[in-house]
Amino acid sequence: MPPMNENPVHLLPEVLLAASAVLGLLLGAWLPRRRQWLTGALAAVACAAGIVAAAIAAADPVRTVFGDSFALDTLTATGRIVILGATLLVLALALPRMHADPRETEFYVLLQLASAGALMLAGAQDLLLLAAAYLLASVPAYALAGFRKDGPGTEAALKFYVVGALLGVVMLGGVTVLLAAGRTTSYPMLRTELAEAPGGLVAVGTLALLAGLLFKAGGVPGHFWVPDAVQGSSAPVAAFLATIPKIGALVAFYRLAAVPLADADLPWAGLVAVLAVASMTLGNLAAFFQQDVKRLLAYSTISQVGYLLLPVAVAGRTDLDQRALLYYLAGYALTNLGAFAVVCALPGAHTLDDYRGLARAHPALLASLAVCLLGLVGTPPTAVFLGKLEVFSAAFDGGYAWLAVVAAVNTVASLFYYLRWIGPAFRTPGAAREPHATSRPAAVVAYAAAAGSVVLGVLGGVVLDVLDGPLAR
Amino acid sequence: MLTAIVLLPTAMAALLLCVPRGAPRHLFLTAWASTTAVELVLTVIVWAGYRADGGMQYETRARWIPSAGISYHIGVDGLSLPLVALTCVLFLACALYAWRDTRRVREFAALFLFLQTTCLGLFVALDLILFFVFFDLSIVAMYFVIAGWGHKNAARSALKFFLYTFIGSLALLLGFIGLYLAADPHTFDIVELTDANPLAGRTTYGALVLLAIGVGLAVKTPTVPFHTWLPPAHTDAPAAGSAILAGVLLKMGAYGFLRIALPVLPGAWRDHALVFVVVGVVSVLYGALVALAQTDFKRMVAYTSVNHMGYIVLAIGAAGAVGSDQEEARRLAVTGSLFQMVSHGLLTGALFLLAGVLYERGRTYEMPAYSGVAGRAPVFAALTGVAAFASLGLPGFSGFIAEFQILTGSLGPQPVATGLAVLGILLTAGLFLRALQQVFLGPLRLPLAAPGTDRPFPDIRRHEGLAIVPLLVLGVVLGIAPRFVLDVIEPASRTVLELLAR
Repeated sequence: MPPMNENPVHLLPEVLLAASAVLGLLLGAWLPRRRQWLTGALAAVACAAGIVAAAIAAADPVRTVFGDSFALDTLTATGRIVILGATLLVLALALPRMHADPRETEFYVLLQLASAGALMLAGAQDLLLLAAAYLLASVPAYALAGFRKDGPGTEAALKFYVVGALLGVVMLGGVTVLLAAGRTTSYPMLRTELAEAPGGLVAVGTLALLAGLLFKAGGVPGHFWVPDAVQGSSAPVAAFLATIPKIGALVAFYRLAAVPLADADLPWAGLVAVLAVASMTLGNLAAFFQQDVKRLLAYSTISQVGYLLLPVAVAGRTDLDQRALLYYLAGYALTNLGAFAVVCALPGAHTLDDYRGLARAHPALLASLAVCLLGLVGTPPTAVFLGKLEVFSAAFDGGYAWLAVVAAVNTVASLFYYLRWIGPAFRTPGAAREPHATSRPAAVVAYAAAAGSVVLGVLGGVVLDVLDGPLAR
Repeated sequence: MLTAIVLLPTAMAALLLCVPRGAPRHLFLTAWASTTAVELVLTVIVWAGYRADGGMQYETRARWIPSAGISYHIGVDGLSLPLVALTCVLFLACALYAWRDTRRVREFAALFLFLQTTCLGLFVALDLILFFVFFDLSIVAMYFVIAGWGHKNAARSALKFFLYTFIGSLALLLGFIGLYLAADPHTFDIVELTDANPLAGRTTYGALVLLAIGVGLAVKTPTVPFHTWLPPAHTDAPAAGSAILAGVLLKMGAYGFLRIALPVLPGAWRDHALVFVVVGVVSVLYGALVALAQTDFKRMVAYTSVNHMGYIVLAIGAAGAVGSDQEEARRLAVTGSLFQMVSHGLLTGALFLLAGVLYERGRTYEMPAYSGVAGRAPVFAALTGVAAFASLGLPGFSGFIAEFQILTGSLGPQPVATGLAVLGILLTAGLFLRALQQVFLGPLRLPLAAPGTDRPFPDIRRHEGLAIVPLLVLGVVLGIAPRFVLDVIEPASRTVLELLAR
């Protein structure tokens, strides 16, 4: 019998989010339309409380709870804080837009459920829980993608759903195969079992499992939905889709590498390295000549998955991998949401050309955009720069110097399209162009995210120290 | 003290951005100019307190990101102090030069103040990541200067500039990570790395790291074949931007060689110094020849920068190319290369500001469009003449001393290469004289006066003179009495060579 470790308090952030989603649904049925924002406020409170709870729990010793199915360690704690913080930012972007919308409550509820799914992904220590978390993170997201009920939104949702359902089934198949190979679904036990299991079986099962995770992360080859879903959905939803599921999926990815598959007879590093190169290269090349800013950001987020996979590839081969991944995730979430916040702040601007004259009209917004986009490139002193430094160092140290070089070359390539966005801002706007209308709350989020990205970069030392911690096994 | 020097301009820039845009233009300009003046005064105080016997002084070291081996570590020695002073002088000159600017003055002043922080920070940084942070931020700031205030194809040139130098910076970063991982314990601290000499005896690894660092710095310097970003960036940048780009930013690459590549990778440098000698000579000759073919005045000056920076690379390469029997010559070469940086910064800065004067009057840099300007603007003609003669290395100017040292020092170790490089002086002399003749002598001919200029081709205005004359005066002072700078440089170059000989 497993020890008695089924105290729900250990899952406080997840429970808070799920409870506030349910409570919000009930509340929304009673509240008048102009008061529905209260459910959004409730969600924000739940997120903030969840962050506090996760921070307090982070000081506890490392362990697994609910049998061996959920891990409480640095990975989970960081994943929780980053996911909840990012959700808070998305809520801030969405609140003014959704105000008095007929389906306001539903929006917040779906958002919270999808976030809760990402939280579960980050902490899952069992293949079945991982599969359940995948569904929880995906199904509300499909609805969110099509929330506007217009043509592009419907197309986005449909494509998102079809790809997600297909890869979800493949993932479940992978779980089955790994269960057959290892006779268990619990990570710590799989670790010993898979080491002795037939190599072919483990390889097939792992590949199928990764299909699902790559779908959630938006990495090649599970990336087909990203451009359409991000372009087709409204800007706050796009920000959500491009950021939050990715955090959970990459933490889960790393945990798979570090725990159940660490001793398996599998060319893990080579496999992930290929996926990383494919993601970053494909994402960058496809982003080159995009005109639509959301689509450009969508391809940029595919390429970012490539960099994020570097520490996963060298998991366990160096001391730098875990903190590199976690720090990069935190920096990426903040910076990417900052870029999306600028998009939200200028609801009328869809293409790169629409940003002409921004330097004159809204210099502070342009500054935030420049900080975020250059941050995504990895310009110091923003957080992603330090993340990239750590990630490159980890790849070097893990014996994958060529991967770091490929990533650096890709970084240069990415520069091109980010600058294509900043460049027009300095030109004078066309004659017929009306002045940019801005959404003030979103602009404030953009300033905050840009400033936060710089602060996180400068204070990186403190953060990095926290991110080193043993894994629950 | 150094921290104050580095951060003061950025603090001022932040303050300026808090002032509403509607405030009078001169408030921003005065704030900008006085900040740069204070910077210069502070630097003079640092220089006065600097003991010439060498070694790192005014050091500050604070924990920054200890778990990644990164610290906030700054200090000055004979290599960096002259460049810090040069930076302060040039930024002051630019602030004065911009006195009559009207285009988004608040942002322009703030951007330049920020740029000054990045330049000063780079020259005093004693940590590779700190160095890299300032290196990259200088690229970002310059991108915005060119994209926001340039003319003609500004956006395109700015993009090219950014892409090229950023590629270089990433190669540099990979090299730095290579150094970091080679050191035990892992560290990015330049002083610790210099002491540890982490790549001693590891030939292949050392060569790869040197390749990465060398490419990164060569792009910035710039040397052939990595120079193609330079002419468009210069041509389309505003005058003050060009002056800073040529006067300060180009020095970052050359300074990086002396600060990082030679002391930290002595073995690899000795093995591959010949590459740098060849690259240097090619840059000297190619830069001069291409400059000769230009009709655009600013573009011509840009290519002479490739030529002048080539001398520096040649000297640094020559310093690593031989055994210990030519100690004196190699020291002369290293000293000369640093002196050339200072001299080139002053003179090219002046030339670019003069090019800006030309453009402001005639709205074109095309030399065939002008003729006989000396009659209309004698002071302008005289200043340009002085700058051109100084730049081609006439005795009595700083450029002569620098080139003399470089060539004398390099002749022993690398006779053939140095012999070829001397031809570069002839070429630059020819092209400068031709340019002077074309623009200033002969019958008066001016391009159609641009709208807004009240009379065709007024002479130098007071703010322009205030910016340009001191640069030329300094060039002459350094040419006649260079001792006070050389006294600072020489101990440092001796240290560099001792480190190289390990």
